[in-house]
Amino acid sequence: METKNIMIVGVGGQGSLLASKLLGRLLLTKGYDIKVSEVHGMSQRGGSVVTYVRYGDKVYSPVIDKGEADFIVSFELLEAARWLEFLKPGGKIVTNIQQINPMPVITGAAQYPQDLVQKMKDAGADVEAFDALSVAEQAGSPKAVNIALMGRLSKFFDFTEEEWLQAIRDSVPPKHIALNEKAFQLGRK
Amino acid sequence: MAKKLLLGNDAVARGLWEAGCSVVSSYPGTPSTEVTESAAKYPEIYAEWAPNEKVAMETAFGAALAGRRSFCGMKHVGLNVAADPLFTISYTGVNAGMVIVVADDAGMHSSQNEQDSRHYAESAKVPMLEPSDSAEALAFAKLAYELSEQFDTPVLLKMCTRVAHSQSVVELSDRVLPEQVPYEKKPQKYIMAPANAKRRHPVVEERTQKLIQWAETSEINRWEKGADRKLGIVTSSTSYQYVKEVFGDTASVLKLGMAWPLPEQKIRDFAASVDRLVVVEELDPFFENYIKSLGLKVEGKNLFPMIDEFSQNLVREKLGMTAPAGKALAEAIPGRPPVMCAGCPHRGLFFVLSKLKLTVLGDIGCYTLGAVPPLGAVDTTICMGASISGLHGFSKANAGAADHKTVAVIGDSTFMHSGMTGLVNVAYNDSRATVIILDNSITGMTGHQQNPTTGFNLKGDPASKVDLEALCKAVGIRRVRVVDPYDLKQCEEVIKEETAADEASVIISRRPCALLKYVKHNPPFHVDAQKCKSCRACMKIGCPALFFQDGKAAVDTTLCVGCGVCKQLCHFGALKSSEEA
Repeated sequence: METKNIMIVGVGGQGSLLASKLLGRLLLTKGYDIKVSEVHGMSQRGGSVVTYVRYGDKVYSPVIDKGEADFIVSFELLEAARWLEFLKPGGKIVTNIQQINPMPVITGAAQYPQDLVQKMKDAGADVEAFDALSVAEQAGSPKAVNIALMGRLSKFFDFTEEEWLQAIRDSVPPKHIALNEKAFQLGRK
Repeated sequence: MAKKLLLGNDAVARGLWEAGCSVVSSYPGTPSTEVTESAAKYPEIYAEWAPNEKVAMETAFGAALAGRRSFCGMKHVGLNVAADPLFTISYTGVNAGMVIVVADDAGMHSSQNEQDSRHYAESAKVPMLEPSDSAEALAFAKLAYELSEQFDTPVLLKMCTRVAHSQSVVELSDRVLPEQVPYEKKPQKYIMAPANAKRRHPVVEERTQKLIQWAETSEINRWEKGADRKLGIVTSSTSYQYVKEVFGDTASVLKLGMAWPLPEQKIRDFAASVDRLVVVEELDPFFENYIKSLGLKVEGKNLFPMIDEFSQNLVREKLGMTAPAGKALAEAIPGRPPVMCAGCPHRGLFFVLSKLKLTVLGDIGCYTLGAVPPLGAVDTTICMGASISGLHGFSKANAGAADHKTVAVIGDSTFMHSGMTGLVNVAYNDSRATVIILDNSITGMTGHQQNPTTGFNLKGDPASKVDLEALCKAVGIRRVRVVDPYDLKQCEEVIKEETAADEASVIISRRPCALLKYVKHNPPFHVDAQKCKSCRACMKIGCPALFFQDGKAAVDTTLCVGCGVCKQLCHFGALKSSEEA
């Protein structure tokens, strides 16, 4: 099969590495070739971060380029807009509607753009926007926002719910399994 | 054996373990750090953080000399620090195998320059292997030990950000521990005094010739025949992946797994087999210049940049194909640069430096973020340790003039790495420098590694702890002060006093990194909107947990750790702790 491309974008510290770990586990059990490219180091300090997940029969490049992403999963609204150019025509954006002000907005040097969901739709993107933070809080912890997003993403894949849940159980510490399973299921609704 | 998805750096560590590596000594540096962290998780491997890369490499050499396979890892600029032992270990050779990871950072995701480490292999005359994914990272780590022992040389294993920090599928094998090679006294081999070194240099040159022969036939320099002879591409590392992504099996590819020395005949044969020869390599024209030196017609940097990392679209664009395009929003998206975390102990200190309008010679670490607005308090960032030695020169150039306006800032780990020697120079050659050591009890930027000031070692066990105050006094600094960077008033008073003093001084700004697990956070602060006069004084510290909403300051309670620095800036008592109504 042709290589599929998923980008996970957000703000450093939001937990995108767990989301990519979960996807990697799941895809490995399905027998795909996989590459996952991560950001470590300086950019993690509250900066814009991106993780690339690619899978298929044979995957070469570890990164996703402009116009190539089948999915962009975003932890934060502005970040979804920032990476929009990487979306393939007909690709889908799954985004949290949470807004986190970047430093230029905090200092007053820039404004946080308004109506981003509508603007992305106007640009032709298929946007699935929801309050993943509330879903995570409902599940028991705001930190589960990453798994809530994976729950919503899972609706657009053919893998069974149990396959996703098993990947969660394989990726998180035992004491956090119940919380994350709940966040996943609430996100998937 | 089992298939597993591994980060490139974890795959190197697995390769070290499988190859029977016994001793690892490294200094952390993105994107190399995880090799050593991962190696430390194997109980059969002794692994440590050394104070700097030179110490690490010499430690690894000692272990190899004693007959055990050894390793040291570092980022590209770390090899500058360790270049001294490298160039001479090349002459002595090793006893058991010795492998060195050097990780380049094209695109400077987390670095101060974009140097190309392949030049070191050529100048130090040591072989360099260059994996292109995790499976090769594992396999090449093992192969590097075989080469090291077969050719009696240290071997460089060159990673780059996209190989080091990408996960891909690897197959695992068991560990095979070679017999310890007995150490024998060989003065002519190991004492590099001129008479012996003169005898060793020809050995090194002969070794390179033998390695070229090896490179000619080795499968890691792989000729992948394409559908026709129109285009032939010479490439390596992550560039190989971009080329394959674009061309699949249509173009011929010479994939170089060994970046140095290069297989002359294989390259000549490859060039002769294609109509057009192109080198696709990130950073410098290293392969290209070599191929040109053979008198062959080749393209490379006439098409591809020497700057930044590559991608598949870049390869498409430069080789005349159509790259896919996406659609961006018409309006500008505000940038999101990295920032000091909420509760970062550096923030208060840098606010004071900014307020006092001091010239600040900076160093390498999270505190480089003190340069970012609104703090904007840093003047220079060069390399590990350059703050203190630079300040010494700065004050010597101002000799006689009452300067009193310049300080150096350096983190605890960076001070151990190469700040200490600069401080010795300050004391010995008597400058009136004020050095501020930002002691946050961890190596922060690279993701929380222990160091000689933290009291713990790489494995997390209690370890000897450097007494910074005693050390500074011992080298001859008489004025040593300690401040809490959460206390702005104290910081300001002490910095004013020490910069005014007519002799050298050290201020230790001490508070652990707010992200350390053992650091207890206070409940978030809140804003009394009645009292907030919208003066924005609190915004001068650039805290990501503070923002303005409906014309008043507000606190992001998910980020605030209750450090209380903002409260000290509010003249109206609007910022309140959880205990205040």
